[in-house]
Amino acid sequence: MNTMVTGAAAFLGRFEGLRERLPGGRTPWVAQLRADAAESFRAQGLPGRRIEAWHYTDLGVLAQLGFTEALTLADEAPALPPARAAHRAVFVDGRFAPALSQLPAGATPLSQALDDMEGRLGALAQNLPIVALNTMLFEDGLVLDVPAGVDAGEVELLSFATHAGRAIAFHPRHLIRLGAGARLTLIDTSLGEAEATYLHNPVYEIAVAEGATLSHIRIQREGRSGFQLSTVLAAVQAGGTYDNFTLNAGGRLVRNEIHVALQGPKAACHMNGAQLVAEGQHADTTTFLDHAAPDCPSRQTYKTVLAGRSRGVFQGKILVRQAAQRTDGYQMNQALLLSDDAEINAKPQLEIYADDVKCSHGATVGALDEAQLFYLRARGIPAATARAMLVEAFLTEAIEGVTNPLAQEALSEAISGWWQKEAV
Amino acid sequence: MLKIENLTAEIDGKQILKGITLEVPAGEVHAIMGPNGSGKSTLSYVLSGREGYEITGGSVTFNGIDLLAMEPEERAAAGVFLAFQYPVELPGVGNANFLRTALNAIRRARGEAEVDAMQFLKLSRAKIKALQMSEDMLKRNVNVGFSGGEKKRNEVLQMALLEPKLAILDETDSGLDIDALKIVADGVNAMRGPAFSALVITHYQRLLDHITPDRVHVLMGGRIVKTGGPELALELEAEGYAKVAA
Repeated sequence: MNTMVTGAAAFLGRFEGLRERLPGGRTPWVAQLRADAAESFRAQGLPGRRIEAWHYTDLGVLAQLGFTEALTLADEAPALPPARAAHRAVFVDGRFAPALSQLPAGATPLSQALDDMEGRLGALAQNLPIVALNTMLFEDGLVLDVPAGVDAGEVELLSFATHAGRAIAFHPRHLIRLGAGARLTLIDTSLGEAEATYLHNPVYEIAVAEGATLSHIRIQREGRSGFQLSTVLAAVQAGGTYDNFTLNAGGRLVRNEIHVALQGPKAACHMNGAQLVAEGQHADTTTFLDHAAPDCPSRQTYKTVLAGRSRGVFQGKILVRQAAQRTDGYQMNQALLLSDDAEINAKPQLEIYADDVKCSHGATVGALDEAQLFYLRARGIPAATARAMLVEAFLTEAIEGVTNPLAQEALSEAISGWWQKEAV
Repeated sequence: MLKIENLTAEIDGKQILKGITLEVPAGEVHAIMGPNGSGKSTLSYVLSGREGYEITGGSVTFNGIDLLAMEPEERAAAGVFLAFQYPVELPGVGNANFLRTALNAIRRARGEAEVDAMQFLKLSRAKIKALQMSEDMLKRNVNVGFSGGEKKRNEVLQMALLEPKLAILDETDSGLDIDALKIVADGVNAMRGPAFSALVITHYQRLLDHITPDRVHVLMGGRIVKTGGPELALELEAEGYAKVAA
């Protein structure tokens, strides 16, 4: 318990020291929001394993690192992967990098748009300690509005962490809003330099209006000493769709929380993901799907591949409120253990208050099939290639929902990159 | 080409092969016939390198090289092909991708140039046509949802593409109707020549109506108890294993 308090105290100390200098520090509503968040964070602390939602993910190590803020942007631009889409918003150590970005229409860095965000920033926030930490300390983020009826095509969001020589923390806040009937594919990548020790704590507030479609592809490839605690908070109105695919394939300890509320009839959500977890890594995907309106379908398929001494977590809760009649919910999570030292913790949960509902979930855990492996090898395919083929096949079901070609390309590069680096 | 000498093998501490001696010269097709539990499938797995079998004695050489010291993929690259009794389903692995990966792995191991997607398509289409298979089998996942006959034809398609020097056909006739049996047999016969040998493992004589063996060996209780010409298969069919082996 001691370390938990210390961890919270360190972040609270940073806030006390910086509060006037943080963006909006002298703007009353921002200052109030941050003060309330600090109070909430002070009360809850860094979540410990005694809290049910954090039972499998221990943040004790964060408490010991003593993060500070990044200094001003390095003069030299980091070596970024080439842009895939026409528009890209780049954040280096959590701060908007204008020289590296090509913003689309409707996009502004939060640090410049903050004054106009009253009532919007925090509108979807819940009383979660990690979100409170973000609200307390955010400096920047992407504000992106796609007006009604507009197809914004693909936009890239790239977070890059540099090696600062000490542990740094950044807490970007991204506010994304799609007007009625709008469309957007957001290819959202997190990268970090191998030696960098950092905490990346992004919070996304995502509003999808009637009939709009947001396809959000997250590719998490943080550096090996990086930590990511991300929270997606999405609200979808009638006939709208929010699709989230998250590839979790980097970092030392990573948790992706995805909260989606289907608030209007026939709103839809597909949440899929793949976690590739190697030696010494911990990856956690926690989803919360709130069916609050009738006739909404939701689909979740999560696949976790674990190698070496590693740990994976999948927690998925589906809440079907009384109003959400004719909900059609499905959730599947499957794990493939490539070593005897890997561990997966899976916790599916259904909470249903409506009576006319179709809801199911399933979970499997297994190893590579020896008969399949032998069949491939008996055809001349070397063992390492055969294993890669079977892992790829295992992931197929989760990945095939991603149909945007740029996103597919980004994903398959990230997956084969992981395999080349981590395969044993 | 294949020389097995006094081979003994066990699984889970139970001895299955109790001293098998057998030679298949280049260009010949030999049949191994035997009742259930005689060690037929064990022999095919031991020859192709499946894990879980312990070789307790004897030797197997393939063109003079110690086969038992090789990994399964090395045996395949050297030209050994096992047509599985129960072909394995690979959900999520496309048949075309599987076949091309296998072909290129073997070509690479042999120091030959890899074939690209277009060349592969051309090559596989010709073989598929000869086997009277439907082209959409290439688009499906490997063996997933295939009928028994389709799975066996897929095995023969793989053999036709990989062009092995030695094919081991493990009960390839089981689960086939007479038309499919004929197609499969034609596929094997098309490969016959001075550089191709086959070991046809079967319980029944009917496959041997279509693939005429040069020699027939009777396997019982983990040993070859009798060897003869093609007429031995007919004799077995007519009189049963017990009488012929006695």
